[in-house]
Amino acid sequence: MSSLEYRSAAWARGGLLAMRSVPEAALGDRVVVRDHKGRSRNGQVIRTSADLVLVQIFEGTDNLDLERTWVRFLDQPFELALAPEVLGRVFNGVGQPRDGRPPIVSRLSRNVNGASINPAARAYPREFIQTGISTIDGMNTLVRGQKLPVFSGSGLPHNRIAAQIVRQAKLLHQSHPSPSGIGGGGEFPSPSGRGVRGEGASETRNQSFAIVFAAMGVSHSDARFFEESFEESGVLGQVATFINLADDPPIERLILPRVALTCAEYLAFDLGMHVLVVMTDMTYYAEALREIATGKGDVPARKGFPGYLYSDLAEIYERAGRIRGKNGSITMIPVVSMPSDDITHPVPDLTGYITEGQIVLSRELAAANVQPPVAVLPSLSRLMKDGIGEGMTREDHARVASQLFASYAKAQEVRSLAAIIGAEELSEEDNRYLQFAEAFENRFVSQGEREDRTIFQTLDLAWEVLSLLPKEALTRLSEKDLDAHYQQAIAG
Amino acid sequence: MSGQGRILDIQGPIVIAELPNARTGEQVKLGKPGLMGEVIAREGARAIVQVYENTEGLRPGEPATAMGEPLSVELGPGILGGIFDGLQRPLETMLAQTGERIERGLVIPAIDRAKQWPFVPQEELKVGARIAGGAILGTVQENASVVHRILVPPEVAGELIDLAPAGDYTVVDVIGRVRDRQGNIHKLHLSSRWPVRMPRPFNKRDHAVQPLITGQRIMDTFFPLLKGGKGAIPGPFGAGKTVLQQQIARWSDAQIVIYVGCGERGNELTEVLDTFPKLTDPRSGRPLMERTLLVANTSNMPVVAREVSVYVGMTIAEYFRDQGFDVVMVADSTSRWAEALREVAGRLGQMPVEEGYPAYLGSTLAAFYERAGRVESLSGGHGSVTLIGAVSPPGGDFSEPVTSHTKDIIQTFWALSKDLADARHYPSVDWLESFSLFVDTAARWWHGNIGEDWLQLRNKALRLLTEAEELNRIVNLVGVEALSGQQRWTLESARLVREGLLQQSALEAKDSFCSPEKQYLLLSLMIDIYNRGAEMLRLGMPVQELLRLPLLAKARRWKIAYGSDELEGLRQEAREIVPLFDALRAEYASPAAQRHESEGTES
Repeated sequence: MSSLEYRSAAWARGGLLAMRSVPEAALGDRVVVRDHKGRSRNGQVIRTSADLVLVQIFEGTDNLDLERTWVRFLDQPFELALAPEVLGRVFNGVGQPRDGRPPIVSRLSRNVNGASINPAARAYPREFIQTGISTIDGMNTLVRGQKLPVFSGSGLPHNRIAAQIVRQAKLLHQSHPSPSGIGGGGEFPSPSGRGVRGEGASETRNQSFAIVFAAMGVSHSDARFFEESFEESGVLGQVATFINLADDPPIERLILPRVALTCAEYLAFDLGMHVLVVMTDMTYYAEALREIATGKGDVPARKGFPGYLYSDLAEIYERAGRIRGKNGSITMIPVVSMPSDDITHPVPDLTGYITEGQIVLSRELAAANVQPPVAVLPSLSRLMKDGIGEGMTREDHARVASQLFASYAKAQEVRSLAAIIGAEELSEEDNRYLQFAEAFENRFVSQGEREDRTIFQTLDLAWEVLSLLPKEALTRLSEKDLDAHYQQAIAG
Repeated sequence: MSGQGRILDIQGPIVIAELPNARTGEQVKLGKPGLMGEVIAREGARAIVQVYENTEGLRPGEPATAMGEPLSVELGPGILGGIFDGLQRPLETMLAQTGERIERGLVIPAIDRAKQWPFVPQEELKVGARIAGGAILGTVQENASVVHRILVPPEVAGELIDLAPAGDYTVVDVIGRVRDRQGNIHKLHLSSRWPVRMPRPFNKRDHAVQPLITGQRIMDTFFPLLKGGKGAIPGPFGAGKTVLQQQIARWSDAQIVIYVGCGERGNELTEVLDTFPKLTDPRSGRPLMERTLLVANTSNMPVVAREVSVYVGMTIAEYFRDQGFDVVMVADSTSRWAEALREVAGRLGQMPVEEGYPAYLGSTLAAFYERAGRVESLSGGHGSVTLIGAVSPPGGDFSEPVTSHTKDIIQTFWALSKDLADARHYPSVDWLESFSLFVDTAARWWHGNIGEDWLQLRNKALRLLTEAEELNRIVNLVGVEALSGQQRWTLESARLVREGLLQQSALEAKDSFCSPEKQYLLLSLMIDIYNRGAEMLRLGMPVQELLRLPLLAKARRWKIAYGSDELEGLRQEAREIVPLFDALRAEYASPAAQRHESEGTES
């Protein structure tokens, strides 16, 4: 069957090609399409029956006629060839080289759709990853095997945050603070480039970590930004990049994250590496899904997105995690842009129901020049509680985080009150909340793109700003915490 | 019985096959991998089949076989403590057999066929007796916590022609035989099967009378649910729904807990699978898993199996109800189930009504929730299924179809609020949006068992919270200074109720579970402080003085200072309040102070 070429195209539109009288094409089969110029395109069977087979063409259906289009069904599912050489390479959405170098040749290839991990086989993520960003480490802690998206809006620096995480993320092995840049025992890269680390040390690190970068519909400049950022941190050789640019065919975005994650799974669970997957931008992915769904005539659910958007996103996000008895892990940082900053838009909304929390960026903070502009109140890490505390970060971590949330929430109330009645009318205590909020945003939340804070620096800073509030207002902290860390001088 | 046919069309989880004589609901085996599915519609000779597993690789022309039986679960000793997927396949066995990834076309029985169980026949049951469906044949001590009752399957009735003596049997050994009126012989086993979409029969519905004690103050004290009731927990993502449901599963005083993770996060489910086996039952000291059963279908597992998983859980719950147990079933999340319905409906091209959901959404939800209840079983005993469904409204909008339909069906509504969760007020149950239709019935239990003024105290606390909400609106407009002393005291007392009573930490050992006695003590203490404070204000004590009392900060920490087994300490605190306020009263009620005060008001 695979040697036969069919020329029975019935119609072509919106990335879909319908073929007549193709007997027994299997669902999910890989398809190669040859157009009138002899160029080939990749496709996959998404519906099959005796009389009509529907193929989605990842390169799109532009410039395709029905008469001189030849279609070959490869009689195998969509697979990706895998070898350790994928690191340091750049591929397109279907896994073909984009960097002018030869394709990956390997005896090992895997179905890009993967298979669900048996929930009983998963290991619960609990290893703290220090990102060096206070709002994340202190209040929305990331752990290995977690999927923690960045919810952003147009014009907000989500890419810069993702890049900073990639640059700074490391594991803490020792329980005392370690100067940033050296050691950290990180399996994720630590800031380098200008570091003084010996070759040997960096090699041990290199063997256990990798980055998979999946870009869907991003601009050329964003893609270049990431490339430069990887290069600068000296990790380029540890990155497998899968790229579909804004001017590439949107249909390719449908298969890209699956291809990238198949690669990540190989690195994590075959080679035992700790893989950080950065996916940007999931909203463009979902829009491509909507485009194909509309073309197929699927019944739309919300905002024209098909009813299966949730299941489809889950198939992607749920490939993150850890597996019992295996060394590697997949930690995922998807970037989701919220159209018109609407967090209830189907893509961020459904994402939030699948991922283990979210980091939300705020336009107001960005306007006030707070960098990174993380809105802490709507942000959340669901896996935080098991990755922090005694032996992992610091004993008071959970209570400090809880107190920061509570006090900042209260401070926001005071702010809206001050906006109505004027700050002069506020009580003494309320005024201290205003001071706290200022200090919290400008010193705790705001930090340089190059500033890599240890978790201990972050917690000390938290105590500094909390000490602006009277002791009695800090009800989430224990007496012991207050005795150990409360800074009377600041409060006075 | 079984019919042969072939596959015509494959589109995602929907397959159309030529299968004359197939009945809707009937199981179908498809293609070379032997994927299982069920017929959801018939059109001419064609059957529309929804497939429980990923259909990738299926081809038109491959065989389709109708299996003659609707999707059924296996019920018998050995299912407790189990962790199953949406089709009742044991996940641990799958892991051992096929590795960490779930393979397709696996058929693994829910109960180990080789394991033997100690069966003890019912003493008064003699050969020759006439028995009916639901009758208790005997018992199996399944584990230290649960005595499993072996029931005659509901559809079997007649004369018992033999019954095995006490001894060890596997679930497939014949332990008895019944001859029905037509003379047909039915073999009885320790296990039986029941189709998941058909409610198990019972004699009649009973009134629910007893509150389900969950150990969560906002639930038990403020919005109680009865054993046999229907409750819902709606909340946007990040509002703490999952933690709350897990708390219920851990702490509620039901005898059997069925937890269905429907379309859940893999890592969160792993946490459940990791932590539940380590938990001990607070009442018996035995492992909690001995009376728990988990059904797990993560969001990336096939959508049709997700739709089925809630029925699998419910059928198992009914089976234990029929044995006379009080069962709690937690379904997290019913929205994911509804979305699975929508997904299938969409693939079939059915006309969507609201937000793409099919027109039968409301009736499907209602029919499912109606399977909860307290009943008199076929054997005359009493048992109950309490159903608690999580709802995940998109964007936290409670007016969306699943939440609004659910709200019409259930009796207790624990609305989670994003604002409360953002301020890390957990459980983030919103006291203004939530309701319970069971307060009066629960009050009878509280009054008889815990304290006679429970209802009065509860209502007082709720009134404080509502008044505070009004007052906060004023404060937000004109500032706290505009309030009278009494009003500021109301605000402060409401805060005391919020922080000292409503907030409850699932992570603090002493706070995670709160016994009814402790709940009542804390509640009465908070109201006592409010009443006494209000009295002091009337006597002329300035409100600022009152707010400065160290007692208030201390009272907020009582919940974590004293565990449910340290109530004496809490009672001691209660006793200490009296002299404190007596001293204040003496100070402000003295003639001098009163004179001073009256002068103050005059000037």
